Amino acid sequence: MNFHSMSAAELGRVLRQREVSSLELTEHFLARIEGSGARLNAFVTVTAERAREDARRADAELAAGRGGPLTGVPIAHKDIFCTAGIRTTCSSRMLANFVSPYDATVVERFTAAGTVLLGKTNMDEFAMGSSNETSHFGPVRNPWDESRVPGGSSGGSAAAVAAGLAPAATGTDTGGSIRQPAALTGLTGIKPTYGRVSRYGMIAFASSLDQAGVLARSAEDAALLLAAMSGFDPRDSTSVEQPVPDYRAGLEAPLAGLRLGVIREFFGEGLEAGTGAAVLAALDEFRRLGAEVVEVSLPALPLSVPTYYVVAPAECSSNLSRFDGVRFGHRCESPRDLYDLYTRSRGEGFGDEVKRRIMTGTYVLSAGYYDAYYLKAQKVRSLIAADFQRAFEGVDLLFGPTAPTPAFGIGEKVDDPVTMYLNDIYTIGANLAGLPALSAPCGLVDGLPVGYQLIGPQFSESRLLAATHAYQRETDWHRRLPPAWA
Amino acid sequence: MTLTRHDVENIARLARLQIREDQLEPFAGSLSRIIDFVEQLGPAATDDVEPMAHPLQGMVQRLRQDRVDADDPRDLYQQNAPEVAAGLYLVPRVIE
Repeated sequence: MNFHSMSAAELGRVLRQREVSSLELTEHFLARIEGSGARLNAFVTVTAERAREDARRADAELAAGRGGPLTGVPIAHKDIFCTAGIRTTCSSRMLANFVSPYDATVVERFTAAGTVLLGKTNMDEFAMGSSNETSHFGPVRNPWDESRVPGGSSGGSAAAVAAGLAPAATGTDTGGSIRQPAALTGLTGIKPTYGRVSRYGMIAFASSLDQAGVLARSAEDAALLLAAMSGFDPRDSTSVEQPVPDYRAGLEAPLAGLRLGVIREFFGEGLEAGTGAAVLAALDEFRRLGAEVVEVSLPALPLSVPTYYVVAPAECSSNLSRFDGVRFGHRCESPRDLYDLYTRSRGEGFGDEVKRRIMTGTYVLSAGYYDAYYLKAQKVRSLIAADFQRAFEGVDLLFGPTAPTPAFGIGEKVDDPVTMYLNDIYTIGANLAGLPALSAPCGLVDGLPVGYQLIGPQFSESRLLAATHAYQRETDWHRRLPPAWA
Repeated sequence: MTLTRHDVENIARLARLQIREDQLEPFAGSLSRIIDFVEQLGPAATDDVEPMAHPLQGMVQRLRQDRVDADDPRDLYQQNAPEVAAGLYLVPRVIE
């Protein structure tokens, strides 16, 4: 069997039917990761021994007739999730030797669901980037064209799943870091509602925007994984105490009658023509499946990127002040005094993009500038959230592209941060308003995948997944594999 | 808005970040571009708009009972510390 082209749901089935053992599956994926997969640089740490232990435990469960839909299924975690006893680097020199004393809630829940941990995936340093080029451990390559980026910041997770090095992987999304790489590598990626998944043990970037989610091959897989990781956690003060619906059962909800709002502002200047055409073809498919399509306007939405580049750096400058060279993380050699210890440890430990964001945040929060930048951005954030709220009075879901172009070349956009930031022009709005959003593949442009995006009201994950499941039953874009990795 | 080398030095000092001499100019350039870019927020009409700090409107801060619910993990945590002695984190002398 060609395990690496199968979905997590299918793998779960063949495991339960005992057609393959979890250990065999695990060896299959480890061989791919350590073999040709190594050239993608998708993993920071491969946890082969841990994977084999997890697999043996899963096989024992399965032999006893126990086990759920994910028991024995190998997965990978973005290296932003703390894993007890395994180093957690956030792809930063600052944490290159950090071994977490505890598991993130997300990690704990996947262990409880019986999954096998293959390793920790590469990412933009501290999740700050849209191309995976800011990683201390080097860029990740896109399996569809290895001279191109996989997107970011969850670029390692995206490349790993797209190349069949793992059936599915976790990611985090602060401004598009799950959806944009999913679009650029042909995957289904979902960022749930803010508060749906615990942030405990997930290294913080911008606390009012960060949310964990998954990168997978289909809406069905995304539903399975999201179900495993969602739910209330008393250890995260913004975790929402609300029951988690059965996402998998919800997949079968009919699409007919769904009111889909096409976001006018997402189809203007800046959208590459081929990408726009593929996304509009997906819209036709939704129409054919019975969705009612209307155009909607969200006039404040074009201000999302500048709003984000005040709010996110402000929160990051505060969150990253914990890296002081005293309690954990990088410490400089022979500090002269405490100031020297702080500045040199941080100067050596952080890369340029992280420094740039910390300084942007420090600037917009500093006395005399706070009102003009930070307070102003928080007010515009209200306008954007209100636009979404108004739109959802008339439609069930919003529709548009995920990213303005297919994957770009490694090194192509590193010189100008603002050009890089504009990759997230369509994804940031959902983070600012705390809404769930999903990207799914809907075409190839010159051999490179592009994705559509659905955005829903808070806690409408089921609706996003069901609509995409209906689309994926009629189309096969999500089944395409990068030719070199099939 | 154009930030100078001196501005970058000042911000870096506030942020406790050492910036190499040869990087002051490039950072002044890229930070200026970012600040110029976010200045497009200026004209947005926000007179009677409440600032939004958090996406979960109406959520109240949850509190828990103030009681011990875990063993003291100090030794475990200090395994990641660059320098400790007798359970204390060591830093350069602050008071002469």
